Amino acid sequence: MTARIGVVTFPGSLDDRDAQRAVRVAGAEAVALWHGDADLRDVDAVVLPGGFSYGDYLRCGAIARFAPIMNEIIAAAGRGLPVLGICNGFQILCESHLLPGALIRNDVRRFVCRDQWLRIENARTAWTSQYDDGQEILVPLKNGEGGYVADDDTLDRLEGEGRVVARYLHDNPNGSYRDIAGITNEAGNVVGLMPHPEHAVESLTGPTTDGVGFFTSILADLVEA
Amino acid sequence: MDTIKHAEATPDLPQPYAELGLKDDEYDRIRGILGRRPTSSELAMYSVMWSEHCSYKSSKVHLRQFGEKTPPQAADILLVGIGENAGVVDVGHGLAVTFKIESHNHPSYVEPYQGAATGVGGIVRDILTMGARPVAVMDPLRFGPADADDTRRVLPGVVAGIGGYGNCLGLPTIGGEVVFDETYLGNPLVNALCVGVLPHDRLQTAHASGEGNLVILFGAKTGGDGIGGVSVLASETFAEGGPSKRPSVQVGDPFAEKVLIEACQELFERQLVTGIQDLGGAGISCATSELASNGDGGMHVWLDRVPLRDSTLAPEEILMSESQERMCAVVEPARLTAFLGVCEKWDVEATVIGEVTDGTRLTIDWHGERIVDVPPRTVAHDGPVYERPLARPVGQDALQADEPTAERLPRPQTPMQLRATLLAMVASPNLAGKGWVTDQYDRYVLGNTVLAQPEDSGVVRIDEASGLGVAVATDGNARHVALDPYLGAQLALAEAYRNVATTGAAPLAVTNCLNFGSPEDPSVMWQFAEAVRGLADGCQTLGVPVTGGNVSFYNQTGDVAILPTPVIGVLGVIDDVARRTPMAWGDEGDVIVLLGDTRDELGGSEWARLQGHLGGRPPRVDLEQERQLAQVLVAGSRDGVLTAAHDVSMGGLAQTLVEMALASGRGARIDLPGTASAFVALFSESSGRVVATVRPSDEARFARACAGHGVSLTRLGVVGSGVDASLGFTGQFDVPLADLRQAHEATFPSLFD
Amino acid sequence: MARVVVDVMLKPEILDPQGQAVQGALARLGVAGVASVRQGKRFEIELEGEIDHQALDHIAATLLANTVIEDYAVHVAGA
Repeated sequence: MTARIGVVTFPGSLDDRDAQRAVRVAGAEAVALWHGDADLRDVDAVVLPGGFSYGDYLRCGAIARFAPIMNEIIAAAGRGLPVLGICNGFQILCESHLLPGALIRNDVRRFVCRDQWLRIENARTAWTSQYDDGQEILVPLKNGEGGYVADDDTLDRLEGEGRVVARYLHDNPNGSYRDIAGITNEAGNVVGLMPHPEHAVESLTGPTTDGVGFFTSILADLVEA
Repeated sequence: MDTIKHAEATPDLPQPYAELGLKDDEYDRIRGILGRRPTSSELAMYSVMWSEHCSYKSSKVHLRQFGEKTPPQAADILLVGIGENAGVVDVGHGLAVTFKIESHNHPSYVEPYQGAATGVGGIVRDILTMGARPVAVMDPLRFGPADADDTRRVLPGVVAGIGGYGNCLGLPTIGGEVVFDETYLGNPLVNALCVGVLPHDRLQTAHASGEGNLVILFGAKTGGDGIGGVSVLASETFAEGGPSKRPSVQVGDPFAEKVLIEACQELFERQLVTGIQDLGGAGISCATSELASNGDGGMHVWLDRVPLRDSTLAPEEILMSESQERMCAVVEPARLTAFLGVCEKWDVEATVIGEVTDGTRLTIDWHGERIVDVPPRTVAHDGPVYERPLARPVGQDALQADEPTAERLPRPQTPMQLRATLLAMVASPNLAGKGWVTDQYDRYVLGNTVLAQPEDSGVVRIDEASGLGVAVATDGNARHVALDPYLGAQLALAEAYRNVATTGAAPLAVTNCLNFGSPEDPSVMWQFAEAVRGLADGCQTLGVPVTGGNVSFYNQTGDVAILPTPVIGVLGVIDDVARRTPMAWGDEGDVIVLLGDTRDELGGSEWARLQGHLGGRPPRVDLEQERQLAQVLVAGSRDGVLTAAHDVSMGGLAQTLVEMALASGRGARIDLPGTASAFVALFSESSGRVVATVRPSDEARFARACAGHGVSLTRLGVVGSGVDASLGFTGQFDVPLADLRQAHEATFPSLFD
Repeated sequence: MARVVVDVMLKPEILDPQGQAVQGALARLGVAGVASVRQGKRFEIELEGEIDHQALDHIAATLLANTVIEDYAVHVAGA
């Protein structure tokens, strides 16, 4: 049975179709989910894609987090549903308090689009099991509000509990504290990531295919479950 | 309230038509058309629709050539030609592509961020209106000197605005240009190009037909954006508690346009629309008069139903408002509920503001009183047509005679001098790396970008199943055009055409953005006429039709016009994007070849510009040779023979080699073609040239293919290693790649960080 | 109609690149003696009927401000 991965479209989501493509490349069925429907359609996992939901009005993800579907996702995540938030998705997860901390304006005050080296530091989450601990990958980064911030207690706890999923290598593109590019919740089912693995699944259009691992990991995770 | 009745009752009321830009004879013509004086609303409509920007009155007589000289290939590929919002070409597999380039120059000088942002918004809506999904954008930008204070004011704002709007729309920026020249100080050029894709059966047109069909305004609310001078008409209502300023700059909201795009895709998919027009310059006046004029009936509009952001706006102001992110659709009554449902799903406001009538007039009421009653054709299409005087500039002969010969302009001779010149040029703003700019644009969104800047053309896949893709390039060397507008325009066309072929795509169609000074200056008009003639002839020879474009006049400060800058965009098709040819050198050992001939042609070159010189003739253009060269490049790509290719243009062969080496991280030892001096070989800007790499096992076969097409081939060397890489010129000098990279990449951050 | 103003500022320990940019611009304009600049948001809300302070606080804390990184202050504007 093919795994069914939901990808949510909010008004202003941009990388939803790319996330759907990545899901298909990994061998799963992509299920389009609408922000306004409080209906997860029995999917096995959910991706909150990149983009500018609600135009980034108020704060990135601040309005999307109150969408009807988010109520379902928050509850389901509490029950163990795997959720991956990419870029704007990460912002929505933080605004929803499914993940700690917040994302603020890049310290360089410019939108940055470039191919970014990351180190995967936790290969035990639902979304990273196909990577090795310490594996270095190259995936596109593209954001204007990608600076991860949190207070020292939170940062220490994340580090101490091994909940930093990915870290920027070589140089920090946006001022994220502790070079954090992605984190996970305590249970390891919710992951937020600033860079875009869905844009590194095809050598024709991406710098590498290093991003596929996020999507094959969730498949492997679901098969085992 | 200046109603029709009031106009009939007060025929001699003085009207501020001159302040609105209308001449005496134009005003008289309006009175003749209407049989009375126009109401203030009608006057506003005519004044804006008959302006240069909307009516093309100075350029029409020249632009006709694009239609008159359209090549025979046009009949096979054009689904929509010049005259509609954008041209549409068939690309096979039941798909069509629409593309167009437009300018937003003056607003970008006034308010760089919003000017550039709304420029992107406007061109995207033009593409959307054809029934397409916009899939990519490109931005040819031209600024004053890089170190000028005003450039530091304008450039960052323009780049942030393009990124801010385009990124938020979810459109990858796949190419463009950044050019600096003192001619643009005070008159920056911000041109924006958009490409869209649609299945044939989804093509939309801007016409209103079918009596009883509804006219629906949807998108953002209407406010006081861009009204500018029209407020003079509303002066009596101005005093009564309205906002203190009527802004002349439009402010964009990309989120509003994003949801508009998605809503339109559903409307097109479900065939809920019979005609559609976007609201650009002249807003509602333009949309209603064009829809009515293109249709087969009349139209009636209830202007008071227009949703307003600012309730103090007078009817004249509502008609003229250039508030962004608005569209106007003609919808059958039976489809209204479905139409409104789609808009509601995307939270897009939609209001029925009118209907198609029988008869031939466009009538507009304001709270039950008639304020406009005009024949729409006279507003939208039968505007004034000028035959402006042309005069070859008195100084043109002297300019052309001032060749940058070795006597006139001392040239670097010794290897050390040449080496220093190369490093200086590579670091100069026009030739330096543009990453500071292009890293502010999302190139990845939609997941179909196969090649993006700094490659020769932007290439996007448009059909995942077959790998079908399109390539787009823009070019326009104003210095060549200044020296000889006819040939310069052809050189620009040839360069864009060549850039498309270099990536492996067959050139198909052309768009153009003609940026010139004042049409009231006979020298400028001569430049314009010659450039258009050159472009039309060139397109005919190359077999690529012009599908549409834009004219921007009045780019000047006082009496000094900008150098004539026709920016040419060429679109090509590639059967399988996997076969595209990138610019980074192939493997170590691949053979580097130069296609085409090098001559002593420094007129209008970047080297000459850096010496402060503009004079002589531009490089020779040989369009038949370009056609043959393009065939070699496309076939070479399709057959997998070319491992890399990059065209030679600004900066000459040296620049091309440096860019290929830096992109690949590998060096090479180059034997410069022996027919010319090393200086000429390195820095001449002879046209019709491309540097390519082929595997050694394919070299002979490729050489035969070139010979078969009459394309000369010169072996330059082989691709070297990536370790301790250097670019060396036999008998001349070496430069480590690290030094070249440092020079190439330090300039923009040092200027703009 | 009651008028309420909610000011939202980044918490002092959070990096404020926009405030820093403004400070830099002031220096370039020749304005001396600016020790720091912080940039925030101001929300002006007109309410029909009575002000419910608890509801206002809830709105401010859950929507207008992200209390992970921002502080807020609610003021009732003069009549």
